[in-house]
Amino acid sequence: MSKQLALVIDLNVCVGCHACVTSCKEWNTSGSAGALPDERPYGKDPSGTFFNRVQTFEIGEFPNVETVHFPKSCLHCEDPPCVPVCPTGASYKREEDGIVLVDYDKCIGCEYCAWACPYGAREIDTRQKVMKKCTLCVDRIYDQELPVSERKPACVLACPTSARLFGDIQDPDSEVSVAIREEGGYQLMPEWGTNPANHYLPRRKQRITIHEDELIRADSPLKKEGVHPHGPVKDVTLDDVTSW
Amino acid sequence: MNPAFSVIFLTTLIGTGQGLFIAVVFGQPYSGSGISNYGLVATILAFAFLAAGLLASFFHLGRPERAWRAVTKWRTSWLSREVIVLPIAMILVLIYAVVQWIPGLVDGKIMNTIGLVGVFVMLVLFFCTAMIYACVKFLQEWATPWTIINYTVLGTASGFVLATALSAILDVERLGDFRSLAIAFTVIGLITRLFSFHRNNRIKYRSSIQTAVGIKHRKITQRSMGHTGGSFNTRAFFHHCSDTLISNLRLTVIIIVFVIPVAMLILYGLFPREEILWAAFVVQFIGLLAERWLFFAQANHPQNLYYQTVS
Ligand code: SF4
Ligand code: SF4
Repeated sequence: MSKQLALVIDLNVCVGCHACVTSCKEWNTSGSAGALPDERPYGKDPSGTFFNRVQTFEIGEFPNVETVHFPKSCLHCEDPPCVPVCPTGASYKREEDGIVLVDYDKCIGCEYCAWACPYGAREIDTRQKVMKKCTLCVDRIYDQELPVSERKPACVLACPTSARLFGDIQDPDSEVSVAIREEGGYQLMPEWGTNPANHYLPRRKQRITIHEDELIRADSPLKKEGVHPHGPVKDVTLDDVTSW
Repeated sequence: MNPAFSVIFLTTLIGTGQGLFIAVVFGQPYSGSGISNYGLVATILAFAFLAAGLLASFFHLGRPERAWRAVTKWRTSWLSREVIVLPIAMILVLIYAVVQWIPGLVDGKIMNTIGLVGVFVMLVLFFCTAMIYACVKFLQEWATPWTIINYTVLGTASGFVLATALSAILDVERLGDFRSLAIAFTVIGLITRLFSFHRNNRIKYRSSIQTAVGIKHRKITQRSMGHTGGSFNTRAFFHHCSDTLISNLRLTVIIIVFVIPVAMLILYGLFPREEILWAAFVVQFIGLLAERWLFFAQANHPQNLYYQTVS
């Protein structure tokens, strides 16, 4: 398997601040592909094209309730259903790094790929009339002009809690692979066989199990700390054998 | 899904055109000697329907000027295949019209061959159109052979009803056969559509909010979809109509696509007035527009799971 770049999003850490949303919008509206339009941004019924959204879900019922912030963007599926349906070849998956992209010069805006994405990751650009979606900042991660530490998607750099990891999930030693393996990374809607490259890390609680007998010292403290109530013991006791 | 009128018109118009052409070709052997006006007029009309459908499809595209690019990915995309087969079908219809227009250009055998090839291409076109929807496996209402059956049968039925009406003014000899076939196809359509309604009523959805966010809990409530304004996701995938409207519409569709046209076709036997046949066609066609609207509206896209609550 060749390289597959992906994001790993840690739901245990995400605080739902939308920094990734705004940095994504900022980066991608300033690129050579043209602006990501907003319609009536300050009007009554604003609308806009975004590549990334942070949603909020409530798990359980009060008082046993937990809020989960859930960033959602294109998952760069390893078996993307949105690609084969495209009649023009505008939607494609790159061989070299597994990024799923749209060629904005070929797209006819038929929206078929958006129908064929179960995650709703694609949005039509209402001005350019072509399909757009997360590019994993392909115009940034290979930019030789940037310091190596900044050759990452804008959302990853912006995240104040480091909830977003970026890397090659096919490389078993990468940060993302280790996180998926060791922190229980999972895919969304596995039932459709899309094999999303982006993974999510679940909520994790740190718990240790303490049994009651562990709260009471089993060996006698008297041996060390005081005079034995029955005077010195002459014979060897079991404690002498085991307690060191 | 939120039904797009361009696609509704595309699929219904070409469906009728395809059905009409099939009717013309199967009517031809009855003509006995020579070629009738009827065949030519009906063939041209079939072409007009296909062309109107093609025109409607352009309104669906954001960038219609690049539409030619859609022929390139025929290896993987049913949409691309449809884009290729539709013009081929139109060319065959045109050829069929020309050979009827200029009598003696080709002999009857060749003409019949062209006709049969045309019929075959029409069936392929029904298949391609329906597969665009049936191949999207997580749109569970669409991902079924019923989609293909219904597209084919409903288009054919509508074409035969139109052929019946046409034959009433141009060629009464064929009328009886067309009328019986129109009734037959409409009744078959009723049966297959009822089956698909029945199936879609009982779909067990494989995706749920639990699989969508990957959290195992019985009660997961969305508190925010991430934006208060609308977006492509809130516009394109849901019809925003009430359940009552949908179920009323379903009843309406059953009545005006199937019951009324069949009643009118039968009524024509008692009162042979051609207006009845034209009315049957128009009523059924309007019903088919509603049927197609319903076909789209009833498809539940799993992405809607992420867009339940604004904030
Ligand atoms: S998340 Fe949707 S758009 Fe992205 S690769 Fe998967 S199917 Fe395609
Ligand atoms: S909208 Fe563009 S990218 Fe999507 S299927 Fe149509 S042509 Fe392909």
